[in-house]
Amino acid sequence: MILQVQEVSKRFGGLQALTNVSFEMPEGQIMGLIGPNGAGKTTLFNVINGVYPPEQGQVIFRGEKITGLPSYEVARRGLARAHQVVRPLNDLTVRENVMVGACFGRERHSRASAASLADQALAQVGLADRAGQFAVSLNVAQKKRLELARALAARPYLLLLDEVLAGLNPSEIAGMMETIRQIRDQGFTILMIEHVMQAVMSISDQIIVLDYGQLIAAGSPPEVAGNPQVIEAYLGDPDMTARLLAE
Amino acid sequence: MHPWRQSGFWLSFLLVFLGGLIVLVAGQDTLREQAFTVLMFIGLASSLNILMGYTGYVNFGHIVFFGLGGYFGFFLISEMGWPLYLAALGGGVLSAVIALIIGAAVLRLRGAYFALATIGVNEAARAFVSNFGPFGGPTGLYVNFSAYDRYGGAGEALWITFILLWIITLAVVAVSFLVKHSRFGLGLSAIREDEDTAMVMGVKAPQDKTKAFLLSAFFPGLIGTLYFFKNGNVEPDDAFRFQMSLEILVMVMLGGRGTLLGPVLGAFAYERLRGFLLTTPVLKDLHLALSGLILLLIVLFVPGGGVGWLQERLPRFRRWLE
Repeated sequence: MILQVQEVSKRFGGLQALTNVSFEMPEGQIMGLIGPNGAGKTTLFNVINGVYPPEQGQVIFRGEKITGLPSYEVARRGLARAHQVVRPLNDLTVRENVMVGACFGRERHSRASAASLADQALAQVGLADRAGQFAVSLNVAQKKRLELARALAARPYLLLLDEVLAGLNPSEIAGMMETIRQIRDQGFTILMIEHVMQAVMSISDQIIVLDYGQLIAAGSPPEVAGNPQVIEAYLGDPDMTARLLAE
Repeated sequence: MHPWRQSGFWLSFLLVFLGGLIVLVAGQDTLREQAFTVLMFIGLASSLNILMGYTGYVNFGHIVFFGLGGYFGFFLISEMGWPLYLAALGGGVLSAVIALIIGAAVLRLRGAYFALATIGVNEAARAFVSNFGPFGGPTGLYVNFSAYDRYGGAGEALWITFILLWIITLAVVAVSFLVKHSRFGLGLSAIREDEDTAMVMGVKAPQDKTKAFLLSAFFPGLIGTLYFFKNGNVEPDDAFRFQMSLEILVMVMLGGRGTLLGPVLGAFAYERLRGFLLTTPVLKDLHLALSGLILLLIVLFVPGGGVGWLQERLPRFRRWLE
């Protein structure tokens, strides 16, 4: 198992964001993390990669407890992340943005080798011709790709993708899905939060579902799609849903 | 490309080098005094730029390191009889140690809160030194005239001080360049743009910020020792002038923060302007008001400063405009 999350709970003041969340991820898979808005998906990412420590529970990455480590220590152990709200380093060029990932990620490259690694990662996500531009000049779809390239250049064991498809048009989504498949085929393990249901169902090997901070379902995409609790979380009363669908 | 082959570095380095060389060849005392002030401000502005330009932490208390380092270096000369260059090094090291202590507290803050805290540090340092017996309290310290004898008299001593300052300023420019083009410097830029994202990408922000702060504080300590040695005395009001912190900040902004050439040009231009304003009867009381106005105009209209403005206008010369 590359990642084990054991009974993790996280509270913000009066809001219980995560309650006893446990799951395991085998290497080489794409796992989808879905759930309605506010279910705690991004919070779970933040706990896994050390942005917040959890109040309870353990995160074990490649056999090592990483609970409570600062985010830069987690990054150095081989866990990279692409953010939901894109956060490019605006005053740096696209290449420099990606070099930060390579310089400070798992392999800690020198500037020179980071530059060539950055060019590879940019080619892979289709941004090679933008390498010399400032990151601020990219459009949203390109910034999403930049997030992905930055995470890839860190050569992580595990990649956390937070809604990399959100805000893209259908043809951009298709292109991005293809890129993600290619990345998986190179041996990266991917945990992705996604709202575009059709996309996440078709690309994931396994899916886990969060609702109100609790893990309510886990399994293959068809299993999860047919789970009454999941349908209820998304659509409300399952009987009502069944009746509506029958009509 | 090897960093030493980059034209951007040599432009800044040679400007400072040739400036100093001309003064040495000319051998005039008045020219030397003017050049001393310019070199001092280039050194102070470039060292501030490491923290403010590269790392994005605006420090309103940069002069604290000049004052405390200078006080300590001066103390080593006047009370302990140390030679100038060792005392200057002592001043620099003390400044770096103080930065480590202050940094542990204030580098936890970000943005405006960090800036506000650094204003407090300036006043606290002045109050402390004014009441610190070994540093002479409010009257400060004087150097015995015989201290200059070991350098061949006061006249020679002033030239030696100038040459040391020249070398230190060249060192600040070289160090700024090396930092900017290192992995460490890339991490600092990432911190400047978005500190949380930088940490998620693996940049050890707390440690790297502290290192930048230490480096930024070391050189003012050296420069302060030379400045007070040249003056022959040091007193609290001279060592902790808050307005000087502001003026150094204006120089960095004027030239272009985060660039290598910016603080060099900014310090030169501001120092010439200040000299003009102070010697023009109508304007002499207005020079601070005008520097405030300059800062306002830059922030509003040319946030990249002089060098940033040139980089946009002259993309072909970009490699010269480091």
